[in-house]
Amino acid sequence: MEKVLKASHFNKYFTEPDRFQVLKDVTFEVNKGEFLAIVGKSGCGKSTLLYLLSTMDTEYEGTLEINGQTLTGRSQDYLSKFRNEHLGFVFQFHFLLPEFTTLQNVMLPALKLGRYSEKEVEHRAYEKLKMIGMEDHARKLSSKLSGGQQQRVAIARALINDPTIVMGDEPTGNLDKTNTGIVFDIFREIAQENHQTIIAVTHDPDFAAGCDRVIEMSDGMIISSHENQI
Amino acid sequence: MNLSITTQIAKTHLLSKKRQTLVAMLGVTFGIAMFITMISFMQGVNQFLEDSALDASPHVRMYNEVNTQRPALIDQLNRSDSAFNVIYHQKPKEQLSRLKNGFLIARRIEQEPGVLGVSPQLSTQAFYNNGPIQISGTIAGVDIDRENRLYNLKSRLKSGTIEALRSNPNGLIMGNVLARKLNVREGDKVSVTTPTGGTMILRVVGTFGFGIGTVDNTKSYANLSTVQEILQKDASYVTDIHIKMFDPLLALPLGKKLRAMYGYYTEDWATANSAILAGEKIRNVMTFVVSMTLLVVAGFGIYNIMNMNVINKIKDIAILKATGFEGKDIVLIFLLQAVFIGVLGGLLGLLIGFILSYLLSITPFNAGDFLSIKTFPVIFDPKYYGMGLLFGLITTVLAGYFPSRKASKVDPVSILRG
Repeated sequence: MEKVLKASHFNKYFTEPDRFQVLKDVTFEVNKGEFLAIVGKSGCGKSTLLYLLSTMDTEYEGTLEINGQTLTGRSQDYLSKFRNEHLGFVFQFHFLLPEFTTLQNVMLPALKLGRYSEKEVEHRAYEKLKMIGMEDHARKLSSKLSGGQQQRVAIARALINDPTIVMGDEPTGNLDKTNTGIVFDIFREIAQENHQTIIAVTHDPDFAAGCDRVIEMSDGMIISSHENQI
Repeated sequence: MNLSITTQIAKTHLLSKKRQTLVAMLGVTFGIAMFITMISFMQGVNQFLEDSALDASPHVRMYNEVNTQRPALIDQLNRSDSAFNVIYHQKPKEQLSRLKNGFLIARRIEQEPGVLGVSPQLSTQAFYNNGPIQISGTIAGVDIDRENRLYNLKSRLKSGTIEALRSNPNGLIMGNVLARKLNVREGDKVSVTTPTGGTMILRVVGTFGFGIGTVDNTKSYANLSTVQEILQKDASYVTDIHIKMFDPLLALPLGKKLRAMYGYYTEDWATANSAILAGEKIRNVMTFVVSMTLLVVAGFGIYNIMNMNVINKIKDIAILKATGFEGKDIVLIFLLQAVFIGVLGGLLGLLIGFILSYLLSITPFNAGDFLSIKTFPVIFDPKYYGMGLLFGLITTVLAGYFPSRKASKVDPVSILRG
């Protein structure tokens, strides 16, 4: 199995208000096309771990390798470009840009990447919206959508540049049962069919149960890692 | 750099908050409009005062200063530290204020490069009598054609002609305010008395107005030979040489040179009008201080609005950074908004500034006899419009840059974790 992400010996400290070790020697690897869930109680460090993996938080000890590239110690601009090209994000509180239409929200990261012309980007964005069943809302302002719809659009945005890894911080945390189901099915589909890797931090036991593998954390350490039999 | 995408985002931000954009823009508009109006008006006033002062005064005036102070003979002969001399009531020696060889000097100066014209003249104080009314003033004996070349007298005449003075040896062209005070007009006779006692009756053949109180109030022109006759002097007696240059700035070195060459006092226009020039400097400083204050206030307005904008958009900034936008893209997004506000507000300000200065320039303004203007003097110089736009842009870019830089430093993790 091909490894897309290697995290070795992560140590992370919070210095405010007191020095406190959030992550203790966390080491793990993720396979290509794997649907991984990180679970654990609040405060166990799972979100902190995710933001380290996302390259947005750069203050840590240890080394991070994604797609064979070492990302530890790189400049902010380099990491921005890397995120743009290789990583997609879905957050708990959807976070679309409210002044833009659904379609524009999805297009933005691709326009930034500049790999395709604007016409092609628009076409691809439509494809992604079709995949999540939101093509009818393409021209609506994103602030006019419901929470579940916004979360689906956020997934489409995360996928627009065909990233290697899609990361989710409680992607279903704010959604009802139906929408949770829809979001989960979309993740499942991209992992299986596009062989894109999903790493999701979740509280939801049902969500975790449907993943390929679950990493459980407690007090900043990985206490178990088991594969689900589906 | 993704200019098109950042432009698109900046545009969307501006359009989604039209009212806020408009308010920020109006701040700049007001600042620039007032800047344009003030500077056009102030420079207009400066120009007008300078022109009227320069028009009526020579670029260089050469004269012989009468100095009554002279050391006593005994002081020169018997100078010792142990004794001192006492002299009572020493009378000044008679001194003539004439320029020796005045006509020759004038001919020589005419050959200097850059000289427009030279007018040797005889100037003296005089009393003008019309019946019982007696008013003091000055009378200048001139070669009227030369004087016309220097001061463009023809265009200043309110009545009569220059030719009338040339053909009438006892003619007099009088300042219009002086003529009004004496209650004389073209054709009337006036008696002129000089301090030395000479009296002559002259006929007013014309009146002139420079628009400057001190000239129109006191001065008259007569033929040089006439004034020489009143003063009982010979035909080569002149007291002043007035010189006009093509370029007024060249007058300053020429004045120094002539002084060294002929040994007479020379006074250039800058010295003669130093009060006006100093006033001009003060007005310039004032204009710039007020204009800059207006622009800085407008700048702070933009700074506030952009700052609010950044705080409102902090989530959006975090999400843009998470999806791969770099710090400089974020700076550009917000800076573009500030520049847009600056350019559009600035252009609108130029237009309003132009309209205001135009309205000012057609507003009637009665300055009485002292200044010959009917409306406020306003200068329309593209230079000031360029300056206004440039200053407007600089303030908005500065006011926009600091909030933008703050935006680019937003830490996405702390925002996204909530």
